[in-house]
Amino acid sequence: MSDAGELRDRTREFLAANPPGRTERLDFLRARFDAGLAWVHYPEGLGGLGAPRSLQAVVDAELEAAGAPDNDPRRIGIGLGMAAPTILQYGTEEQRRRLLRPLWTGEEVWCQLFSEPGAGSDLAALGTRAVREGDDWVVDGQKVWTSSAHLARWAILIARTDPGVPKHQGITYFVCDMTDPGVEVRPLRQITGEAEFNEVFLTGVRIPDSRRLGAVGEGWRVAQTTLNNERVAIGGMRLPREGGMIGPVASTWRERPELRTHDLHQRLLKLWVEAEVARFTGERLRQQLAAGQPGPEGAGMKLSFARLNQEISGLEVELRGEEGLLYDEWTMRRPELVDFTGRDAGYRYLRAKGNSIEGGTSEVLLNIVAERVLGLPAEPRTDKDVAWKDLAR
Amino acid sequence: MTDLLYSEEEEALRAAVRDLLTDHCAAAGVVARAESAAPHDLGLWKSLAQSMGLAGLLIPETLGGQGATHREAAVVLEELGRAVAPVPYLTSAVVATEALLDCGDEELLEKLATGRTIGVLAVGLHLGPGAAVPVVRLEDGTLHGELTGVADAAAADVLLVPADDGGLYAVAADAVTRTPRISLDLTRPLATVTLDGAPGRRLGEFGPAVRRALRAAAGLLASEQLGLADWSLTETVRYLKERKQFNRPVGGFQALKHRLAQLWLEVVNLRAAARAAADALATGEDTDITVAVAQAYAAPVAVRAAEEALQLHGGIGMTWEHPVHLYLKRAKAGSLAYGTAGAHREALAELVDLRAP
Ligand SMILES: Cc1cc2nc3c(=O)[nH]c(=O)nc-3n(C[C@H](O)[C@H](O)[C@H](O)COP(=O)(O)OP(=O)(O)OC[C@H]3O[C@@H](n4cnc5c(N)ncnc54)[C@H](O)[C@@H]3O)c2cc1C
Repeated sequence: MSDAGELRDRTREFLAANPPGRTERLDFLRARFDAGLAWVHYPEGLGGLGAPRSLQAVVDAELEAAGAPDNDPRRIGIGLGMAAPTILQYGTEEQRRRLLRPLWTGEEVWCQLFSEPGAGSDLAALGTRAVREGDDWVVDGQKVWTSSAHLARWAILIARTDPGVPKHQGITYFVCDMTDPGVEVRPLRQITGEAEFNEVFLTGVRIPDSRRLGAVGEGWRVAQTTLNNERVAIGGMRLPREGGMIGPVASTWRERPELRTHDLHQRLLKLWVEAEVARFTGERLRQQLAAGQPGPEGAGMKLSFARLNQEISGLEVELRGEEGLLYDEWTMRRPELVDFTGRDAGYRYLRAKGNSIEGGTSEVLLNIVAERVLGLPAEPRTDKDVAWKDLAR
Repeated sequence: MTDLLYSEEEEALRAAVRDLLTDHCAAAGVVARAESAAPHDLGLWKSLAQSMGLAGLLIPETLGGQGATHREAAVVLEELGRAVAPVPYLTSAVVATEALLDCGDEELLEKLATGRTIGVLAVGLHLGPGAAVPVVRLEDGTLHGELTGVADAAAADVLLVPADDGGLYAVAADAVTRTPRISLDLTRPLATVTLDGAPGRRLGEFGPAVRRALRAAAGLLASEQLGLADWSLTETVRYLKERKQFNRPVGGFQALKHRLAQLWLEVVNLRAAARAAADALATGEDTDITVAVAQAYAAPVAVRAAEEALQLHGGIGMTWEHPVHLYLKRAKAGSLAYGTAGAHREALAELVDLRAP
């Protein structure tokens, strides 16, 4: 299945057999997964057809034209963008079969238990412990900034299984059941007023060894797959022209001539061009990636995405003038989805500040580009060859 | 030559204000108050305006004020900016006071000088010097209409209202309806003011009074923005010396050192520009240009400083609990207040004869 025409026919047959208007949303999504039309580049039996990634656009266009429901990707971004590719690459057949279908349909939401209070940019310094007891691992520690933990059924978790070796070597990757009684999720309120992220306390959480992803001590390597995918997932969505943050400001400009000034006009046009160029860069990256896994180059997309989102939303607040001084709602709530471009200009401006922090800060991503893409020498390091337990904290 | 330094008296004033704010305006309290029913800290206002007598800095001694100048008011504003203090100092002790000074209204100036009366000019916060201001209708001797975006109106005892006969009217706050709006800057909340047959006392012509008030506002806002930027820089430097990742203080990474050094440079520039504006307002020399320069430069620096502070704090900077968001919101709202940087650049285009193509 590598031909667009064939795939289009197949999608039409699927739509004829499962007419969107007359099929329950969930039944439709499950059937789509089973027909291999969920993510065509995944293997057969796991929601795909082993086809080139670029052909997904053919399927999506047919489904959209038919008014088919989608799997609400903004609700399940961590599952789709980060957990799934990691499970695909490192999971056992049993793990893939159990986890991927409900992940894709959105029946099971995922979150990411990586960052800790003392381990953010230096994620490999994490201190959450996992100790083997019979067939289980017993996990104790604290995670922080965990988006969607309050909605999640599962988490991807990295924990320290061997404190006696250098920090990158003693980490193991797990799938954590968020309904385990030892998992406590506390909301953390954000500058937008909402609590999209959380603190997560893990106390004696038992994880069966069958929910380990990859080998013991290999967790750092497994996590690289997650992180490289995360950067592409955050920055690399396929968008139509004016599809991202530039969309609302462009509409405001067209609809509200009284707000226009020469100064804002030049700045808007400059950002419009940069947003359009970023779209081309994303498309080009996706074409390069048609097969295989994203590497460090994905960091570039996320860097541009964060900077542009921030500059564009900042300009939009200014453009709105008097209204830019207002905000829609500060009330504390726990949102159902991670929303970058929703609500009003003030919300977008504030939320966009997180774009250069979540999924690796822009500073850390620039280091990755400098060292791993350009091959510039790394900064001298004092923490790579010392056992984790001997590092100062 | 313009005096861009701080005098000994100004430094003493700064120290006194900073002491007060350190004791009575801690960040956690400002965060908590921001969402309460009383967003303004009237206790703090009382200490500042009444006990320390700072409400009357710009008012002559003969009217019970301090007979000081914009230079001293600027120092107070620097400190208030550093603490994102939720008090109506800029709006009452500068903007309303300047309008009253222009009208020469001794009765209200005497009241404002005591700090027991808070005055607010009922002009939208986004309007800069020279902008056309919305007015209310004067009908049968009373005032009718709606004015939007009025900062600190909730704290006011008296509003100064421009009307369609060209007059500026003093209107008792309890004679109007003030509807709070949800504001981006929680520490300088806006309200819509509705007048439905409110009685007013004519103070004078609003044109020159409003222009004078908004020019002083734009010029002295630069000092508040300087305080805000200075806090952002200082606090970030402090945090990055402490925060360790990769087995070392994060502030030791050269990429961050350069960022902070660059920000320091901009704060140095902002300090000079803000001092120049305060001094020009005090002496009346070259005031229009100096104020426009300061406000065209100040807001972008303050916004960048607060944005850098958030970014360099990492995840903790995105939390409600950490005060950096109050600074970011104040800085961003400040970039729209009393004319944007773009509007001030456009004013300069005329003033220095560098006209648009
Ligand atoms: C909105 C949001 C959602 C998030 N969601 C999740 C989630 O779901 N799951 C999860 O695990 N984590 C999540 N995170 C956490 C995020 O990954 C971390 O905040 C991030 O990696 C930075 O870590 P830190 O906050 O500890 O900052 P620090 O690492 O302490 O960094 C502080 C500052 O120092 C800079 N810095 C650090 N090291 C270097 C260096 N070597 N060179 C130059 N500069 C450096 C940083 O860029 C930053 O500006 C989220 C964060 C945000 C803001």
